[in-house]
Amino acid sequence: MERRLDLPIDEARARELRVGDILYLTGKIFTARDEAHLTMLEVKEAGKSLPFDPGAMALFHCGPVVRKAGGGWEVIAAGPTTSVRMEIFEDRFLEAFAPRIVIGKGGMGDRTQAGLEKVGSVYAHYTGGAGALAAKRIEQVEDVHWLDELGMPEAAWIFAVKDFGPLLVTMDSAGGNLYKNLEPKIAANLEAIRARIDG
Amino acid sequence: MNGQKVKEAVVDALRIASTILPDDVVRALEAARERETSDLGAAQLDAILENVGIAREGSIPMCQDTGLQTFFVEAGAKSPFLGEIRDWLAAAVVDATEAIPLRPNTVDPFTGANPGDNSGRFMPYINWEIVDGDEVKITVLPKGGGSENMSTVKMLPPGVGLKGIQKAVVEHIVSCQGKPCPPTVVGVGIGGGADIALKLGKKAVLRPIGSAHPNPEVAAYEAELLELINMSGVGPMGVGGETTSLAVHVEYANRHPASLPLGILVQCWADRRAHVLVRADGSAEVIS
Repeated sequence: MERRLDLPIDEARARELRVGDILYLTGKIFTARDEAHLTMLEVKEAGKSLPFDPGAMALFHCGPVVRKAGGGWEVIAAGPTTSVRMEIFEDRFLEAFAPRIVIGKGGMGDRTQAGLEKVGSVYAHYTGGAGALAAKRIEQVEDVHWLDELGMPEAAWIFAVKDFGPLLVTMDSAGGNLYKNLEPKIAANLEAIRARIDG
Repeated sequence: MNGQKVKEAVVDALRIASTILPDDVVRALEAARERETSDLGAAQLDAILENVGIAREGSIPMCQDTGLQTFFVEAGAKSPFLGEIRDWLAAAVVDATEAIPLRPNTVDPFTGANPGDNSGRFMPYINWEIVDGDEVKITVLPKGGGSENMSTVKMLPPGVGLKGIQKAVVEHIVSCQGKPCPPTVVGVGIGGGADIALKLGKKAVLRPIGSAHPNPEVAAYEAELLELINMSGVGPMGVGGETTSLAVHVEYANRHPASLPLGILVQCWADRRAHVLVRADGSAEVIS
């Protein structure tokens, strides 16, 4: 089902989202790759507060190309990065900050799936490499955190977006997982491929 | 000779590579869209093609991962510029990072420091080949990290033969699922040694899609391997569909009797590349 959502959304709304839904988001999203995940978790674990509210935004696995323009920033390209790198701490991140929508590419693993189910969030796939298309839907750079420490790709950028998508929900809070759904078919295809090579 | 013309031509080539997907790749993506039967897979290809159009029209990078700038240089032994090319390429990358712009992607593995201009130890990386003549042909390959992470080398027992190589390639590409941004171009390097097999795979990726290997047996092997990969159903971005790879390109070297090195070099759909020709008189231009 196609859904146009205004962020933030609450847990109940996030729990209604299902694998196969196509989302278009309007509101605020923040970028975080490996380093920003670690930094944010360190801040939280030190008992300090973050300079923004990640629970009110979607989390975007992205290292954008941005450039200074006027007094602010202009986004040049901002497609998703490979999400599975964040598998080693995404469950802790979800529990700490509860972003309701995690946007990335390539899907994530069992730990994140469990985290989504526990916290009540979904993982949504955005077409890999579609950096120019994504940039077009970003209306404004609202802020950036840890730019000096982490550099452009790893910093946490806060974007105001309009109709940001199409995002395909591939992992939901009810245990739905598009990648797992595909696995039996791909495994059967692989057997047929092996048989053809041997034949 | 300060190399200004060469540097300008290389910056142009980096801009073209980052913002304009080569025609052969666009045609392959359009053909993949035509034959796609999965709605989810078709939606991914639609988004890719729309993105490619936005990038070309706006002269902006098609992907935020503008890659590690990697050069393949066929240097004519009689070119007067062999001593200068390395410095010119490094300077062109710094200029291009600011002008296009490119994402600063070179991180020191020990300190984590990012110099911010795509410079650094061994960066940009240059693959040298000395050839006859007095011209220098420079190929730029901006290589994305997501697909490079899926590249691998396998030292197979020679007894598995060519069929064993096919199985190893298909199994590896299937195991990558959506991570290297399929539909991919797969460079398969066979023989030589561990390092040589990977290098041959990367060189094979540079060939235009649709070009057949000059050896007809190898060309047939490539076509069969592509068909086998696409039987998997992994599909565009791993969401299921007909096209997992756009092309398989094989390059090979003779091997040690005890070794069958297999380099699998994975390139994302953004199969970006461009070429510059440097003449002996110091003129330089982007060539297709």
